[in-house]
Amino acid sequence: MKPSSMREIRLQVLWNRLLSVVEEQAQTLIRTSFSTAAREAGDVSAGVFGIDGKMIAQAVTGTAGHVNSMARAVGHFLEEFPITSMQPGDVYITNDPWKGTGHLHDVTVVSPTYKNENPVALFASTTHLVDIGGHGMSPDSRQVFHEGLYIPILPLMQKGKINEWLMKLIRQNVREPIQVEGDLYALIACNDKGSSRLLSMMDEYDLSDLNELSAYIIEHSHRGITEAINALPQGSWKHSMRIDGYDEPIDLVGEVTIANGKVTVDYTGSSPISSFGINCPLCYTEAYTAFAVKCLAAPTIPNNAGTLKAVIVKAPERTIVNAPPPCAVAARSTIGHMLPDVVFGCLHQALPNTLPAEGTSNLWNVRLAAGHGITGSAGTAFNLTLFHSGGVGARPHQDGLSATPFPSGVKNVPVEISEAITPIVIWRKDFRIDSGGPGAHRGGLGQTMEITNREEAPFGIHAVFERIKFPPQGRDGGSAGMAGKLRLGSGVKLKGKGFQVIPNGESLIIEMPGGGGFGYPITRNPLSVEKDVRQQLVSQNKAKTIYRVAFHDDLSIDAKRTAALRAKTTE
Amino acid sequence: MKLAVDIGGTFTDVVLETPSGSASIKVLTTHDAPEKGVFQGIDQLLNKIDAHARDVDLVIHGTTLATNALIERKGARIALITTDGFRDSLEIAHEHRFEQYDLYMERPEPLVPRDLRLTVPERIAADGEVLKELDELAVHNLIPALEHAEIESVAICLLHSYINSAHEQHVANILSTALPGLVITQSSEVCPEIREYERMSTSCANAYIQPLMSRYLHKLECGLAENGFTCPLLLMMSSGGVTTVKTAAREPIRLVESGPAGGVIFSQRIAAECGVKQALSLDMGGTTAKLTFIDDLKPQYSRTFEVARQYRFLKGSGLPIRIPVIDMLEIGAGGGSIARVDELGRITVGPDSAGSTPGPACYDMGGIEPTMTDADVVLGRIDPNNFAGGKIALKADRAKTAIDDVLGQRLLLDSLISAAGITEIVDETMASAVRVHAVESGKDTTNRTLIVMGGAAPLHCARLAEKLDINHIIVPVGAGVGSAYGFLSAPIAYEVVRTRLIRLNEIDPQSLSLMFAEMRAEAEAVVRLGAPEAEVIETREAFMRYRGQGHEITVNLPSEMYDETIGSTMHELFEKHYTQLFNRSIPGLEIEALTWTLNLSTTPQPTATPVLLEPQSQIISNGSRQLFDPGIEETVDAIVYAREDLTADTEILGPAIIIESETTTVVPTKFNAKVNKAGHLILTSQ
Repeated sequence: MKPSSMREIRLQVLWNRLLSVVEEQAQTLIRTSFSTAAREAGDVSAGVFGIDGKMIAQAVTGTAGHVNSMARAVGHFLEEFPITSMQPGDVYITNDPWKGTGHLHDVTVVSPTYKNENPVALFASTTHLVDIGGHGMSPDSRQVFHEGLYIPILPLMQKGKINEWLMKLIRQNVREPIQVEGDLYALIACNDKGSSRLLSMMDEYDLSDLNELSAYIIEHSHRGITEAINALPQGSWKHSMRIDGYDEPIDLVGEVTIANGKVTVDYTGSSPISSFGINCPLCYTEAYTAFAVKCLAAPTIPNNAGTLKAVIVKAPERTIVNAPPPCAVAARSTIGHMLPDVVFGCLHQALPNTLPAEGTSNLWNVRLAAGHGITGSAGTAFNLTLFHSGGVGARPHQDGLSATPFPSGVKNVPVEISEAITPIVIWRKDFRIDSGGPGAHRGGLGQTMEITNREEAPFGIHAVFERIKFPPQGRDGGSAGMAGKLRLGSGVKLKGKGFQVIPNGESLIIEMPGGGGFGYPITRNPLSVEKDVRQQLVSQNKAKTIYRVAFHDDLSIDAKRTAALRAKTTE
Repeated sequence: MKLAVDIGGTFTDVVLETPSGSASIKVLTTHDAPEKGVFQGIDQLLNKIDAHARDVDLVIHGTTLATNALIERKGARIALITTDGFRDSLEIAHEHRFEQYDLYMERPEPLVPRDLRLTVPERIAADGEVLKELDELAVHNLIPALEHAEIESVAICLLHSYINSAHEQHVANILSTALPGLVITQSSEVCPEIREYERMSTSCANAYIQPLMSRYLHKLECGLAENGFTCPLLLMMSSGGVTTVKTAAREPIRLVESGPAGGVIFSQRIAAECGVKQALSLDMGGTTAKLTFIDDLKPQYSRTFEVARQYRFLKGSGLPIRIPVIDMLEIGAGGGSIARVDELGRITVGPDSAGSTPGPACYDMGGIEPTMTDADVVLGRIDPNNFAGGKIALKADRAKTAIDDVLGQRLLLDSLISAAGITEIVDETMASAVRVHAVESGKDTTNRTLIVMGGAAPLHCARLAEKLDINHIIVPVGAGVGSAYGFLSAPIAYEVVRTRLIRLNEIDPQSLSLMFAEMRAEAEAVVRLGAPEAEVIETREAFMRYRGQGHEITVNLPSEMYDETIGSTMHELFEKHYTQLFNRSIPGLEIEALTWTLNLSTTPQPTATPVLLEPQSQIISNGSRQLFDPGIEETVDAIVYAREDLTADTEILGPAIIIESETTTVVPTKFNAKVNKAGHLILTSQ
C-alpha cells in the first residue's frame, strides 16, 4: 500500500534538496571567483526560479544586498527575453544597477534549464566583479556613466556558444580583463552545476516539471511569513536618522506599518539624491529593508517568491533611497547599510527590548591605491581592498559585537596576506578603547588601524566612511558610540569621503566608530564595568565619570564609593 | 601483539591484535582520571584472553582528552605574547557574523582574555626583513606580569614569524631563562603558516592543552611500565598518523580529533582489503555523523578545521586550528538527534541530541522528545526486544507516542509516515551536506563505496547511498570499535609545513630543493623516534592558486631535487588539477604557490582482518518483520537474520534485516547483501 501522505514527506525532502542545489551552485561560484568581495565577503548570490520567473530557492550567502533584488532580477530578464525565445545552452547577462543588485560591479547571469527539451527552471547568479572600468568603486563619480561599463540584458551565450563580441567589449573596458572573464565563466559554471543537480533530482523523483514543488514551497513560505508578521504588534511607527553623506548630511526617514500580514516601509521625507556616487537604487533599498524585517520576524524562513511580497518598500523617486538613472550609485551601500537602523528605530517603539542600538553599519573598507595617474609613478603600483568593521550596537541583554560587520556579512583579509601582496605595512589593528557606546549593555568597540607604505612613495585612499560626524546612537538611555576618525600620523585630519593622498613617509590612521549603548550606563552591572576596565576596553576615567564605578588601586571595585557615586546620579 | 586504546566520550575501547585474530572490549570512560579506564580495560581484556603485558609489542593510543579540554575550557591559564598593535587579532578573528540573520549572535570567547594578551615592540615584514628590532627590555618587563598572573604556559605569535622566526625564538629564550618552569609554544614551530589569526589561534590552543596533556601522557607512560609493559607507546594524531610521546607532549594540538581519525584509517584499511578505489567513510553514532572521502586509499586531508563550534556545527563558530587533519564532514545527526516541526511545518532533525540520558523516548528513561532512534523503532528497523544484543529493552509505544505528539498531530500524519518523515529528513540532510562538501572539495559522490561504522550507520546507510547515487556499501566486521582497529594500521608519520609566496615564473629550484631538504630533516627527526629503521615514504604538496584568487588548491609535487623545469612542471600539475576541479583552466594568468608541506610516513603495514575471538551474545532470529521502506514508499515484509549465523558467500535479497549485538543493518527492497570471505557485509543496489 502506498500511503498518500508520503506526498507531504516527499515535498519536504525535495525542498531540502533544492536548498542544497542552490548551495552547491553558490559554493561553485565562491570557489572559482577572483573578486575578493565575492570570495571573502560572500558578495554573491545564487538561486533557482520557475519558468514564470518566480524564485523558488536562494542560497544563504554573505550579503543582504541580494535579498529580494535577486528575486526580481529574473523578471526583468524574462521581459526582455521571454522563455519561449530562449534555447538550451543560452545564458543571459546584465549589470544594470536598477534591474540587478544596485551597482555596475554586480553582474547577474541567468541560464534556462531544459528537461526533454522543455524549459523547467531558470538559474540565476550574481557576483561582484574585480573591476568594471570607469571610476570604479569610488563615490567620486557624478553619473553612472563615470562608473564603468553598463551592460544591458544581453545573451552571453547562445546555444552553448559564447558571445565573443560581447566578451571582447567587456575585456577591452576593464582593468583586469582575465580575472573579469574568469568571473563570468564562474557564473556560467555555477548555473550549470545547479542545473545538472536539479535534473538529477528530477530524474530520481521522476518529476517532469517543478510546478507542484514550487507551489508548495511558495505557499508554505508565504503562510509562514504572514503568520510571523501577524504575530507582531500592528500599527505605524516613524523614525529618522541623520548620517554624514558626501558633501552634506543626509536624513533617512522611515515609517513602518505592520498590518494585514504585510510590513510596509515608507521612506518619504528622506533626503534628495546626491551629486556623488552614494545614491541607492530602489532595488537595493528594498534588499536591506527586507533583510531588517526578516531578522526580526522570520530569520529562518528561506527567501523565495512567497516571502517577497511580505515587505513593501515605498520611496518617492529622486530621493537618496530611490535614485533613478543616471545617478551615480557605486557606493550605494553607504545608504543601504544604514536602512536596518532606520527600520529598527521604528520597530523599537513597537517592540521594546528586542532590537539592537545603532551600530557602525557601514563597512569601514580600506581601499588603497598607488600608481600612475593616482599617486604618481614612484614606488610599486597597487590596488587593495581591506574589509574591516567598527562596532555593532548593544543588544537589550547583551553587549554589542566589537569590530564586526552588520548588516553586511563580510570576512576580513588577514594583515599578513595584505602585506604579502602589496608594499603596505599595517602597524596596528586593535580595539579602540572607550569607543563602545556606554550603556547598561555596552556598544561594540571599533578598531584602530595604522598604515604606511614600506617604499619611498605616497599612497592613496578611496575613503567611503560614515558615522564620522554623526555617531551611532544608543537606545533607552544608552549613549552614542564614539564617532569615527580619519587622519594622518602627523595629525592632519582627512575627509570621510573621496580620494586623498598619504604623502611619502606619512602614516594613515583609521579610527572606526563604536556601536551605540543600550540602557542607562549607571545601571550597568559594576562587575561588567570591572571586567571592561581590567580588559582595558573602558578607561578607569570613563568608568568613574560615565558608569559611576570606582576602583581600588588593584582594580577591584570600591563598593562604597561606587554606591555613593551611583546614588548621587540617580537623585 | 599490538594493543590499541581509544578513549571516547562515553566508552574506552581496547583492541588487541594477535597473530591468530583480535579481541576487543568496551569499558566506561573514567572522566576524572582517564588513564584509570585505560588500565581497567587493558587488564580485563588481557585476562579475558589470557595474554600478558610483556608480550605486547606496541601500544597505540588515541584520546578525546585534548578536544574535550578545548570544548569544556578546562585547559591551563595561559598568556599570549604578540607584536605591538596586534593583541586583539585573537578576538577580532575574521570580523565575521557566521549567522547572517541572528541579531543575538555571540562569538566564542578567545582562549586568552585581553589582559593576558601581552605585546612587545618588534616588526618583521612579509618578506622576512626586520622593520623594527625586538625590544629585549620590553620582553624582560613582561616577566613580573606572567608571574603575578600565575601563567603556566604561553603562546608566542609574532607577525610574519612563519618566514623569520628569529624574534619569536629570542622572546622564547629570554622567557625560558627567566622562568624555567614555563611551558612555551612558538607559533613558528606549531604552525609556521601565513594568516595571523589562524596561527595565533592554533598556538594558543596548543599552549592551552599542553600542561594537561603532558601530565596525562606522563601518567600513562608510567602506568604502563608499572603494569608490566616494556613496549613503546605511540599516539594517534588527527592526521591519521601516529607519533611518539615526546612529540605529542610538545605539540598536543596534533592529537585533537584523533579518535575519529582512527575510524577513517579503519575504513581505509577495509577499502584496501576489498579493493575499493573510491570510498566514502561514514561513522554515525548517537550524536553526530562523520564523513570522509577516501580516494585511491588516501583519505582527504586538510590543513584547517574548527574545534568547539559555538553554534553546533555551524562553520565559523569555533576556534580555527591549522594542523594536518583528515578532512571530516561533521553533521549533527545520530540516533539521539531530536525531531521537531518548524514554523513552516517542516520537519527538522538535530543537531541537538537527547544523548544517552534521557535518551530517545523509547529508552523510557524520561525522554519525551522523538528522536531518530524512535523513528527507526516505529519503522520496524530496530527490534525493540533485540536492541544492543537484548541488553536494553525498548518501549515501542513510547516512541510512537512521542512521534505522534510532536509530528503527527501538527502535520496530521499517522505515526508511520511521521517516522518516515524523520528518517527521510535525516538521510536527506546528510546527503545534502555530503554533496555540498563534495563541491567544495572538487569531488563527486557517484560510484563510490560507502564504508560504515558506528551504531546508527548500518540502519541508514542504504537510504543515504540511494540519495548519493552510490551502489555499494560495506558494513565491516568490528565496526563497533572501528577507531581502535584503525589505530593498529596507522603509519608513523609527521607533516612539516612552510609558507613561502612564490610565483612560478620567479621560482628558484635550488632554494626550493633546500627548503624541502630542511623540511625532510625536520620530519625525519620526529619519525625516526618511533621508527628508527623502517622504510619511509615522502610526499610533498604545494597549495597553489591563480594570482588574485583567495582559495588555494592542493597539488602533489614530485619528491626529488628540482631543476629549472620545476616551474613548468608545477604549472602543468596545477592546470591539470584545476581543470579537474572546475572544468576549465584560465590561460594567461600568473600562478603562485603559498604554502608547502612535506609528509614523511612509514609504509602502511598489512594487518590481519579482525576475526573476533570473543563469543557473540545470542541473538534470536524472528523470522520476518514489517519494515517501512522509504525508497519505494511501502511497508514490506523483511526477513530477519542474525549476522553471526551468516557464513561466507551467503546471499540475501532485500528487504531484510540483519541483527548483531551492536547494530542492525537494514537491507532495503532495492538492495541485496552478501557476506564476503572476511565476514564483511556487502550491500549492492539491484
